[in-house]
Amino acid sequence: MSEASSNGYKSGSRLERVLRAGHFAVTGELGPPQGAEANVIREKAKLLKGLVDAVNITDNQTAIVRMSSIGAGTLLVQEGLEPIIQMTCRDRNRLAIQSDLLGAYALGMRNLLCLTGDHQSFGNHPTAKNVHDIDSIQLVKMVVDMRDKACFQCGDEIKETPPRFFVGAAANPFGDPFEFRPYRLAKKVKAGADFIQTQLIYNVERFAKFMEKVRELGLHQQVYILAGVGPVKSPGMARYMRDQVAGLDVPDEIVDRMTRATDGIDESDKKGRRDAWRNEGIQITIDLIQQIREIEGVVGVHIMAIEWEEAIRPIVEGAGLLPRPEPA
Amino acid sequence: MIVAEQKPLEEIKSLIADAEKVLVVGCGTCVTVCFAGGEKEAGILASSLRMSTKLDGAPKEVTQVTVQRQCEWEYIDAIKDQINDVDIVVSLGCGIGVQAIAERYPKAVVVPGLNTSFLGLPTEQGVWEERCVACGECILGLTGGICPIARCAKQLLNGPCGGSQNGVCEINPDTPCAWQLIYDKLASQNRLHLIMDIQPPKNWSTSRDGGPRKITREDLRLAAEASE
Repeated sequence: MSEASSNGYKSGSRLERVLRAGHFAVTGELGPPQGAEANVIREKAKLLKGLVDAVNITDNQTAIVRMSSIGAGTLLVQEGLEPIIQMTCRDRNRLAIQSDLLGAYALGMRNLLCLTGDHQSFGNHPTAKNVHDIDSIQLVKMVVDMRDKACFQCGDEIKETPPRFFVGAAANPFGDPFEFRPYRLAKKVKAGADFIQTQLIYNVERFAKFMEKVRELGLHQQVYILAGVGPVKSPGMARYMRDQVAGLDVPDEIVDRMTRATDGIDESDKKGRRDAWRNEGIQITIDLIQQIREIEGVVGVHIMAIEWEEAIRPIVEGAGLLPRPEPA
Repeated sequence: MIVAEQKPLEEIKSLIADAEKVLVVGCGTCVTVCFAGGEKEAGILASSLRMSTKLDGAPKEVTQVTVQRQCEWEYIDAIKDQINDVDIVVSLGCGIGVQAIAERYPKAVVVPGLNTSFLGLPTEQGVWEERCVACGECILGLTGGICPIARCAKQLLNGPCGGSQNGVCEINPDTPCAWQLIYDKLASQNRLHLIMDIQPPKNWSTSRDGGPRKITREDLRLAAEASE
């Protein structure tokens, strides 16, 4: 029996240990650069260190080519942070995914988030061929079997050092059909997911309804659910997310709060307005975390502040989530 | 049926640039029904090419013929003389028709006049929609008669991605979410249990991924031999 399984942990990752110890977990997110500069990752790592238990590294998010999640994750490990490797089904078939994950594990990565992937039509290579050999639920099952059954998707045995990831999946409580969403989550749990990170939540009432159904199905007792939150930078961004982004539910109240943030600040005071918006965006996130924390079955938050990593500290601090625990 | 669209005239002209004598071959089956390459379209294309090349100062001799099906030897064998009489053949069949003529007439230069688009149906006058990708292993029995391989942009087998909203796909508001359709259909029939189990990874070897496909029916081959 491997070391990881003899102590009862599936992967032994810090994230797993934090959750197992019953702490309210905090994860962050880091978008790799559209270039090969390692220092970009190192600088961003400094902004996150000590503030979060693990950091998601996106996999060509919105279908725009960036440094690979595993490559950036390796740099993060060197900086002493724990990555959560995101892996989508858009760009790789089952061979490539398994092969990359063997490499990721060998390089020290221990957490994995399994995703379908944004459609390539949104990105910078819209004429690309997509893969979708397997879907995100099949991906969860595949990596859980690599860990727990020491076998590849084809059934062949992994004779030496099966990769032992703490396996996550996403859930969008605001996608349609709304009634099916908890059942889709149930399929991910059945496939063996250890943790769930949700889509950005701005509509707490609707999320609470989703969680009610999740509890009814008993899913919160089988999987760690981390609620997704993220600061908006301006009323324009809030409106864009409300009106243009599929799968997001941004209530008018959020847009109004952002708009009112600059009340009394002169239009010519560009910096003053910008700071006021940013402060309000951070405050809204803190308020959301405090409301979401009260919902039974939520055991952590996933803070998405892509290209605004500086916002993580005031959010985590403001929400009273510091210092981060040091689990055994 | 196979749904196709005619290529732009300029592209067809560039494909036939080196030829003097041109034969446009229409097809009387799928592409006739979708108004892309039937007798009428073959006639219009031939006359457009005649006029256009004349205006360009280098008129070509363009004739046309339409066969019932370009994808069966017996129909394309019947136009042997016309094909042998020209420098180039513009097939207004689907990709199968183009290749059938090229295969049957090894010396003939054959170019496509259509872009073969998909397997689908007309949902209303002037509108065609894709329905099948010929994956070789039909799962419609599990999905309420709605194919997620052909109709979901990500070919998902276990339910909708996070981009399904208000019944439409994230990639295009004109595209219905296949999984919303599947959910609604199965819910209306009290058969949602069909999508609650995890569908395992699909066997794509029956699809194009397994290489060019071929079906051999021994029963039919034996019957053909017996009748000879």
